[in-house]
Amino acid sequence: LLTRTPFPPQSQAIVIYTGWERHALVGSDVRLSCSFFSWRWTSEDVTFSWSYRPDGSRDSISIFHYTGGAPYVDNKGPFRDRLEFIGNPSRRDGSILIKNVDYNDNGTFTCDAKNPPDIVGRPSSVRLLVFDKLPVQAGVITGAIIGAVLGLLVLIVVIYYLMRFLVARRVFNLSVSKHGKKGKGKEGSQPRQVSLRPTCRYTVACFKTLKHNTPQLNL
Amino acid sequence: MLLLLLAIIILHLAALVLLFISTIVSAWTVNGTSSSDLWSNCSTVSGYHCISAYAGEWIQAVQALMILSIIFSFLSLFLFFCQLFTLQKGGRFFLTGIFQILASLFVMSGAIIYTVKSPEWVSGSFGFAYILAWVAFPLALISGLIYVILRKRE
Repeated sequence: LLTRTPFPPQSQAIVIYTGWERHALVGSDVRLSCSFFSWRWTSEDVTFSWSYRPDGSRDSISIFHYTGGAPYVDNKGPFRDRLEFIGNPSRRDGSILIKNVDYNDNGTFTCDAKNPPDIVGRPSSVRLLVFDKLPVQAGVITGAIIGAVLGLLVLIVVIYYLMRFLVARRVFNLSVSKHGKKGKGKEGSQPRQVSLRPTCRYTVACFKTLKHNTPQLNL
Repeated sequence: MLLLLLAIIILHLAALVLLFISTIVSAWTVNGTSSSDLWSNCSTVSGYHCISAYAGEWIQAVQALMILSIIFSFLSLFLFFCQLFTLQKGGRFFLTGIFQILASLFVMSGAIIYTVKSPEWVSGSFGFAYILAWVAFPLALISGLIYVILRKRE
C-alpha cells in the first residue's frame, strides 16, 4: 500500500517590523518591539529571534529565541538577568525589554521572525542609542521657531488690518454720534464734520466704501 | 519693459531654487567616508547607514531658518504677482522686497550658525550645499533690493 505524503504548503514572504531607532536614558528600561505581517494564521511553530551587534563591531550574538511555545533568554552574554520577554507570540508580538541600559548597550538589535511555512523574510534592525540626558526631540525646536515667526507675521497682518478698520470706524462713529469724541483717539482731536451717512453696517461692501474715505496708511 | 520683468523673475526663481537645493541635498559637510546635512549624518563605512540629526538645538535652529527662508521667498514671489496687478502707478514693491530681504537674512543667519557650530558635530570640509546657501544669500538680497527700488510703470 502506498501512503501519500501531503504536499508541504508553499512558503510565502513574511515582513518583519521593528522601530528604526530607540533613544533611552542611562539606567532606564527600554522596550524593543518586533512584529510581523504574514498572510497565514499565526502557526504554533512561530519563532522570534533577537540578536545584538555592538557599535563598531562586526559580529552579532544571539540574545533571545522563542520557539516551540517557550522563550529562551540570554543568561551568559551581555544581557544576562537584564532581558525579559514581554511579547505575545499569538498576537505576532515578539517584543523584549532590556532593563537598566548602559552605554555599552549602544548597538543594533536585529529581530528575525518566522511563521512556518512563511519563512522568507528580511530581518529588521533597530538601533539603540543611550544618552545621559535625552536630547530634544528632532523637529520640536524647528517647528517652534517656524511657528513663532509665521505666527508673528500673521499677527502683524491682523494688527495692520485692525488699525485700518479702527480708523475707518472712527470716521464712521463720528458721523453717527453728535458728541464726536468717541472711538480710540489716536491722532488729533479735531472732530471732523463728516456729513456722509453710511447706509449699511459691518458688511464687506460698506468697509470698501469706507476704505476710500479713510486717510491712506503709509507702509 | 518685459525683459526687465523677466530678468527680475528669473533672478528671484534662481535664488529660490538654490535655497531648495541647499536645504534638501545632503552635502553640507563632507569628508572621505561620510556626508552630512541639516537632517542626518550618513556614512558609508561598513555599509550605508544614517543617523538622524539629534545633535541638539542649534541644528534644529538652522533647519528652521532655512525652511523659513524658503517660505518667505515663496511669499515674496506670490506678493510680487499680487502687487504687479494691484499697485498704483509709481508705487514701489515694498512688501515684496521686504519679504525677499528677510529671506536672505534668514539664510545668512542659518549659514552663520552652521559655520560656527558644525565642528562640534561633524568633521570635514564644507560641501556644495553649504556653498549654495552662501550663494543664495547675496542673490536673494540683491533681488530684494531691486524690488524695493523698482517702481511700477504704465
